[in-house]
Amino acid sequence: MSADSPRVDFGHRVLVLRRRRFAVRLDRRSVIVCAVLAAAVACMAVLALMTGSYHLSAAQVVSALAGGESELIHAIVVEWRLPRVAAAVVFGAALGVSGAVFQSLLRNPLADPGIIGFSQGSYTGALIVILVVNGTYLQLVGGALLGGMATAVAVYMLAYRRGVQGFRLIIVGIGVSALLGSLNTWLMIKADLDQAMAAAAWGAGSLYGVSWSQVLVGGACVLVFLLLAGMLSRPLRQMELGDDAAASQGIRVSPVRLGLIVVGVALTATVTAASGPIAFISLVAPQIGRRLARTAGITLAPAAFVGALVCLAADYLAQHVAPTPLPVGIVTVVLGGGYLGYLLFTEARRRL
Amino acid sequence: MSATTDPTGTARLHVESATIGYDKRVISEHLSVAIPDESFTVIVGPNACGKSTLLRGLSRLLKPSAGQVVLDGADINSFKTKEVARRVGLLPQTSIAPDGITVAELVARGRYPHQGFMRQWTEADEQAVFRAMHQTAVNDLSGRLVDELSGGQRQRVWVAMALAQHTDILLLDEPTTFLDITHQIELMELFTDLHLVGHTLVAVLHDLNQAARYGTHLIAMKDGQVVAEGAPDEVVTAELVEEVFGLRCLVVPDPVARSPQVVPLGRERSRPKSVGDAAHALARREETL
Repeated sequence: MSADSPRVDFGHRVLVLRRRRFAVRLDRRSVIVCAVLAAAVACMAVLALMTGSYHLSAAQVVSALAGGESELIHAIVVEWRLPRVAAAVVFGAALGVSGAVFQSLLRNPLADPGIIGFSQGSYTGALIVILVVNGTYLQLVGGALLGGMATAVAVYMLAYRRGVQGFRLIIVGIGVSALLGSLNTWLMIKADLDQAMAAAAWGAGSLYGVSWSQVLVGGACVLVFLLLAGMLSRPLRQMELGDDAAASQGIRVSPVRLGLIVVGVALTATVTAASGPIAFISLVAPQIGRRLARTAGITLAPAAFVGALVCLAADYLAQHVAPTPLPVGIVTVVLGGGYLGYLLFTEARRRL
Repeated sequence: MSATTDPTGTARLHVESATIGYDKRVISEHLSVAIPDESFTVIVGPNACGKSTLLRGLSRLLKPSAGQVVLDGADINSFKTKEVARRVGLLPQTSIAPDGITVAELVARGRYPHQGFMRQWTEADEQAVFRAMHQTAVNDLSGRLVDELSGGQRQRVWVAMALAQHTDILLLDEPTTFLDITHQIELMELFTDLHLVGHTLVAVLHDLNQAARYGTHLIAMKDGQVVAEGAPDEVVTAELVEEVFGLRCLVVPDPVARSPQVVPLGRERSRPKSVGDAAHALARREETL
C-alpha cells in the first residue's frame, strides 16, 4: 500500500486518463468491446454497400466513398445504397440507447419505450391517419408521433403520484397498451383490404426507400438526443442504486427521470417517424451489450453499438438473404423473439 | 426532561418548527429538534413514531410543508442538491446493487457529488474510495461482486459508499436491521470509531440497549413529537420507556459498558405454569380484540 497514490482494484482492468481539468475512468473491456463492435459495423456496412443487383467489390465501395470510381458506381454506392445503410446504423443506435435508458431507469430487462405505451399509441395514430383521414405519408408520420407521444404522456400522468415510480409506470403502461392494442385490432378489422395492407406495411417498419433528406434530418435529431442521453447517463447510473440513495448523492430524481423518459421516447419517435416501428432492437441491444461488456448495470455505449450492428445486419438479411425482400422489422421481430425466448428460458432456469 | 440542547439554534443541522409528512398525511407538526455537532445521535421510538420521517427530512428527501430544516445557517432547500450531498450523507434503509457490480465500483459511486462531466475520476476520488474501503475493512473484497457477499459484508460496502461521499454529517436509517448480532455490534463499533474521528452521526435504531451503549445523544420520539432528548443516562429510564413504548421494564447498568440497559418486565412468568394458563391468556387476548 503506497501512501501517496493508492490504486483501487475494481476487479477488472480500468483505463484512467487524467489531464489538467479532465479525469475519466473507463472499463478496459467496455472500450475494447465498443471498438470491436464499431469495426464490425464498418465491415457490415461495406458488405451492405457491395451487395445488390449490381455487385461491387469492397475496393470499389471504399474508393467510391472516397470520391473515386465512375459516376455510375458513385451513384449506386453514395446515392442509392448509402442512405439505407446510414439509416440502419443511426436508427439502430438510437433504438439501442432508447431501450438502455428505459431498462436502466425501470430496472427491468424487458423495458423499452413500448412499456409506456409508445408503440401501440403510435400505431393507433398511424391507423387513424390511414383509415379515417386517408392522409399522406407525412400526415401518417405526424399521426404516429402524436399518438405515441400522447399515449406516453397519458401513461406518465396516470402513473404519477408524488413522482413516478418504475413499477407503477410498467403496470399502467401494460394496461393502456392492451387497451390500445384492441383498439388497433378493431380499426384493422373495420378497414378495407388496401388500407389494411398499407397500415400493416407501415407497422412492420422498413428502411426501404429511405432518402438522404430523411437520414440527415433523422440523424441530426438522433445525434442531439444521443448527446442529451450521454449527459444524463451519470445521473441515470446513480439512480440504479435506488431513489433514496441517488437523491442523497445530489440527484434531483424526479426531473432527471422525466428528462430521461423524454429522451428515450424521443429517440424511438425519431426512428418511428422515418421508418415505422422497428421492433425489438431496443429490447435486445442493451442486454447483449451488457453481456458482452460485462458492465455493472446497463450502459449506453455498448447498447448503441450493438443496436447499430443488429439493425444493419437485420436489414441486410431482410434485403438480400430472405427469399423475397422483407421489411427489416420482420427480421428484428424474429431475431428478438428468439432472444426473448432464450432470456426467459435462462432466467427461469436460474431462478428455479 | 426534554431539555433543549440547542437553545440558540447554532447546531449545523436542526429542524425549526417543521411540519413533515407524506402528501396530506402529516407525521410531525411543529417539530423542533437539533442534532448536536460532533455527536452520535440516535433517534428511538416505537414503530410509526416518525423517526424515519425525521431522518428523511434531515436529508432533504422530504420537504417540510411548513417550517424548515436548517443546514449551516440556511434553509436546506436553498442549497443546490449536490452541495447538500457534499455536507450530509445518507445510508438509506434499502438500496439496490446493480447486477454485476463490484465492491470498488459501488463504493466509487459515492463520489458522485464531487464529480463533474469532465472530472469523473480524479486523484482525490481514488484516495477517498481507497480510504473508505480500508475504514470499513472491505478493501480485501475490492474486486468481488457485491451479489456474492454476505449480508454483513454487503452492509459494510454500503457504509463505505456513504463514507466515500466524504460528508461531515452522516445519517443512518436503521443500519443494523437484517444483520445478525455479531455484525450489528461490529457495525456499531465502526460507527463509534467514525464518530470519534470527527463525523457527526445520526442513526435511527430499534434496539434501545445499543442506542444507549453507542449513542452520545438520544432523541426519543412518540406520535411525531420529541418526548425526551439528552445523554443516554438521562433519557433511558423506566418511566420514559413506559411512556414512549408502553413497556414496563427495569433499567439496569450494562455490566460491560455501564450504559443503561432495558430489561422488559413482561408478565411475572414468561412461560405460564400450565397449558391451561396459556389457553386462558390467549382467550383473554381474543376478548380484547
